[in-house]
Amino acid sequence: MAHPIKITPPLTDADVEKLKAGDKVLITGVLYTARDAAHKRLMELLDKGEKLPFDIKGQLIYYVGPTPAKPGQVIGSAGPTTSGRMDAYTPRLLELGLKGTVGKGQRSADVVEAMKKHKAVYLAAVGGAAALIAKTIKKAEIVAYEDLGPEAIRRLEVKDFPAIVVNDIYGNDLCKIGMEKYRKAV
Amino acid sequence: MRHISTSEITSKVKELCIRAACELGSDVIFALEGFRGKEESPLGKEVLDQIIENAHIALKEDAPMCQDTGIAVFFVEVGRNAKLDGKLEDAINEGVRQGYNEGYLRKSVCHPLTRKNTGDNTPAIIHTKIIDGDKVKITIAPKGAGSENMSRLAMLKPSQGLPAIKDFVINTVKEAGGNPCPPIIVGVGIGGNFEKSALLAKEALLRNVGTPNSERELDALEKELLEKINNLGIGPMGFGGRTTALAVHIKTMPCHIASLPVAVNIQCHAARHKEAVI
Repeated sequence: MAHPIKITPPLTDADVEKLKAGDKVLITGVLYTARDAAHKRLMELLDKGEKLPFDIKGQLIYYVGPTPAKPGQVIGSAGPTTSGRMDAYTPRLLELGLKGTVGKGQRSADVVEAMKKHKAVYLAAVGGAAALIAKTIKKAEIVAYEDLGPEAIRRLEVKDFPAIVVNDIYGNDLCKIGMEKYRKAV
Repeated sequence: MRHISTSEITSKVKELCIRAACELGSDVIFALEGFRGKEESPLGKEVLDQIIENAHIALKEDAPMCQDTGIAVFFVEVGRNAKLDGKLEDAINEGVRQGYNEGYLRKSVCHPLTRKNTGDNTPAIIHTKIIDGDKVKITIAPKGAGSENMSRLAMLKPSQGLPAIKDFVINTVKEAGGNPCPPIIVGVGIGGNFEKSALLAKEALLRNVGTPNSERELDALEKELLEKINNLGIGPMGFGGRTTALAVHIKTMPCHIASLPVAVNIQCHAARHKEAVI
């Protein structure tokens, strides 16, 4: 298999254009976390015309709700959650310049279209590999919504965080390609 | 009568919560390794390697294998000659409270409408049975939402029979795709009624992977469904491959002459269950 592509957010259009469905990537730098409850609050801010708690331009959002850190740990176990639950919110964030999302599972047709339109990618990490993934997280701080506990928005600093490109900006979908390739007629 | 203190139940539950989150059963690891050897997709192999490595790290470092440490589900068998000195439900919930707090597990339970987190992962889901004897057997099966959300139930018509049951199971897995973190274990409950079929499906997941169904016809049906599911090509994490499910487990019971309930409870590869007898 090909060597992984190293990426460091904030990403530009040119960075995203290079990524193709099925590519392995290693992310180094900043990832912002957000999941169901945080997304809902972000939408409420946008509805009121207010600013988001972090500059979303060029960034990646990682869908994760980690376990609490034990004393001396940066973060607890921190694998991806199902991305489809955030489908309703994602196009609006892509419109504001979000360059990608990291989670697990498939995205809706609306999100795929929005990714093509705004030049953004969807990456998947291995669901359930939470203890392994946590080792790539070097720093974690809450930037908003501390009251949401595991659902608070965190700014993570990661080194060689492993992920796979599922949807690229060209309309390719790793899950569809992969399933077609390994399907056997019943 | 044998006296059992509820504080003993609480401390056992606490320990079970933590162990379940961090120690993946050897049956699941063995199945993952077996399918890893047969997987045709290079990416699928890498995913399975990561999952196996993760399980080893979790065990070695007492770390939760998955950040979704689940809603705590219990199957409790209470011997009719066991006398508890307090409420069973309270004792279990206190154990969950302590286990999720002291074990640094994620509190994932909230009010269904306000979505406000209860803060201590309670209330647990508790299924109790009275059996013979004077012991209390507690089985915990914490369940994450990724796979639970992909579970389905159908009230089929008796005229549709077995072909419709097979289609329903396979289509449920197909629609779930990569969402429930494949490779999965598929629990199927056939018969009973609306709620009982769901409970049968969940109970079916408690059987160790690799152990055959004790009923020959059901064992054959499990193998047939497993092959068909793995022919879907969904693969590890939905990236394409030959390993979509590690096992299909079926439980049945008689149902109404006008009904054919079928429930499919999907379980991710973090198939956690631990038991203790007091």
